[in-house]
Amino acid sequence: MSGGTDTTASWLAGELAAGNLTSVEITQRHLDRIAEIDGRVHAFLHVDTEGALEQAAASDARRAEGKPLSALDGVPIAVKDVLTTQGLPTTCGSKILEGWVPPYDATVVARLRAGGLPILGKTNMDEFAMGSSTEHSAYGPTRNPWDLDRIPGGSGGGSAAAVAAYEAPLAIGTDTGGSIRQPAAVTGTIGVKPTYGGVSRYGLVSLANSLDQAGPVTRTVLDAALLHELIGGYDAKDSTSIDEPLPDLVAATEQGAAGDLTGVRIGVITELAGDGWQAGVMSRFQESVELLVKAGAEVVEVSCPSFVHALATYYLILPAEASSNLARFDAMRYGLRVLPEGVSSPSAEDVMRATREVGFGDEVKRRIILGTYALSSGYYDAYYGQAQKVRTLITRDFAAAFERADVLVSPTAPTTAFKLGEKLDDPLAMYLNDLATIPANLSGVPGISVPSGLADEDGLPAGVQILAPALADDRVYRVGAALEAALIDQWGGPLLDKASGLEGVA
Amino acid sequence: MPESLSRDEVAHLADLARIDLSEAELDHLAPQLSVILESVASIQGVASADVPPTSHALPLTNVFREDVVVDCLTPEQALSGAPEQEQQRFSVPRILGDEQ
Repeated sequence: MSGGTDTTASWLAGELAAGNLTSVEITQRHLDRIAEIDGRVHAFLHVDTEGALEQAAASDARRAEGKPLSALDGVPIAVKDVLTTQGLPTTCGSKILEGWVPPYDATVVARLRAGGLPILGKTNMDEFAMGSSTEHSAYGPTRNPWDLDRIPGGSGGGSAAAVAAYEAPLAIGTDTGGSIRQPAAVTGTIGVKPTYGGVSRYGLVSLANSLDQAGPVTRTVLDAALLHELIGGYDAKDSTSIDEPLPDLVAATEQGAAGDLTGVRIGVITELAGDGWQAGVMSRFQESVELLVKAGAEVVEVSCPSFVHALATYYLILPAEASSNLARFDAMRYGLRVLPEGVSSPSAEDVMRATREVGFGDEVKRRIILGTYALSSGYYDAYYGQAQKVRTLITRDFAAAFERADVLVSPTAPTTAFKLGEKLDDPLAMYLNDLATIPANLSGVPGISVPSGLADEDGLPAGVQILAPALADDRVYRVGAALEAALIDQWGGPLLDKASGLEGVA
Repeated sequence: MPESLSRDEVAHLADLARIDLSEAELDHLAPQLSVILESVASIQGVASADVPPTSHALPLTNVFREDVVVDCLTPEQALSGAPEQEQQRFSVPRILGDEQ
């Protein structure tokens, strides 16, 4: 049904190494799959057929000489449209950057190229990564491969859907408040938000620079570890990059997949449950916790009382940073320039105003205006200053919780995928999707979302989130791989085998 | 603290943020922004005065590098996305208003 693309990146890497498949064959299969189904899924904003095949041919030539650049050399990948790609359009899902072709690569992209991964194209997203459904893309929404009438999560719905629909074995996402993990949960895929500073932000168009982090979007925990090791690590071009080696993530994954969690303390967060949490999501979560116990883990309940304020804190800090970061879209150096109507000799400011009216969508305008308010004199202490203090309280909650537990767990998102359009004009309802994922961004800690099964009410995928202390990304891989192995054992195969939204398409 | 935003206040903020808003957009966005503001205002008073603010997820120190020449964009690359250019420069509308 998926033209031979329903495999994993690590399997493809093995076939390439063994000489059983070429990168051109693999890349062509994925391009064929995209051509066949993306008209319905709309995971991609731009597909680079020619470039991907050229890169694949170059990979095969290196392989023939016995000189692969990395374990993943020749395995194709999709990149979220918020990372700059030299020679490929980068729009951030916004009209204001329509047609912009950056003159440089983001460090993440440069590392993909240095590792020999052909880039299939750029994936759809909420405009400037503001949203939880991909419906705020100026180029139309992405659809969930489980049910094409439903959202694929956001902001990285394109990357998650591309991987869930077997259009790409690997993708890059970015996570500011859950934009890697929440789409992973609602599409039945894996998503990892690394420790803040663990993956370079150079060339990642900033939404909220103190929260943004790029990371892997995949179908298996091992694939995420392989990709994370390739893109992660110190970068002198990012002043917030961590100047320390990454932990051994592949080894941690292998250790976890072996299934023994003896001695690992798992903390269940009291505050991330209750009213508003879908029953089927909670049932799958509880079963996952039981599986971890069966693997030898010890479970403790931990309270993080300040987490109830995380959403409000985030929706002050994010708009404040975004209003400042997005000031660079001023119609002067790149992107759209619109001249105001009926003005004979418009000033730069007139042009800026007219351009930003046309170039930005509703959600971007809402957040810029809210951020401008939160930062304005007279309100600064009450809003932004207070949010920064609550951020400290949330970090203290994490510190206390990690005294008692090695990792913390919760459902990744409160509900399964909702219908397209359902929350589009109700910003607060939309924001609630990120309730469980936001605290990790505020404190910089790493997290993974692993599929936990299908909710009983609607047969749609749910996810479990595993969080670890900053710099201990290996723990999320260990526990994530253990849970993945136990669940696949129980299901008799990967969850994505049950995805039916694209049945009959091929 | 006021926990709602009037239509005029939203128009003023949009002006500060250099975004033109039509009458219809103001009608649409102003009530939504009030609802959001009301919600986020719930954090007022949550942290006491002695709690230090956090500006970044992890503690940071300033980063310097050696003052040496490294590769950078060519003028052609830097100008490649410009809406208008002239004599290897970004061409922009007039900066000063009539009153200046």
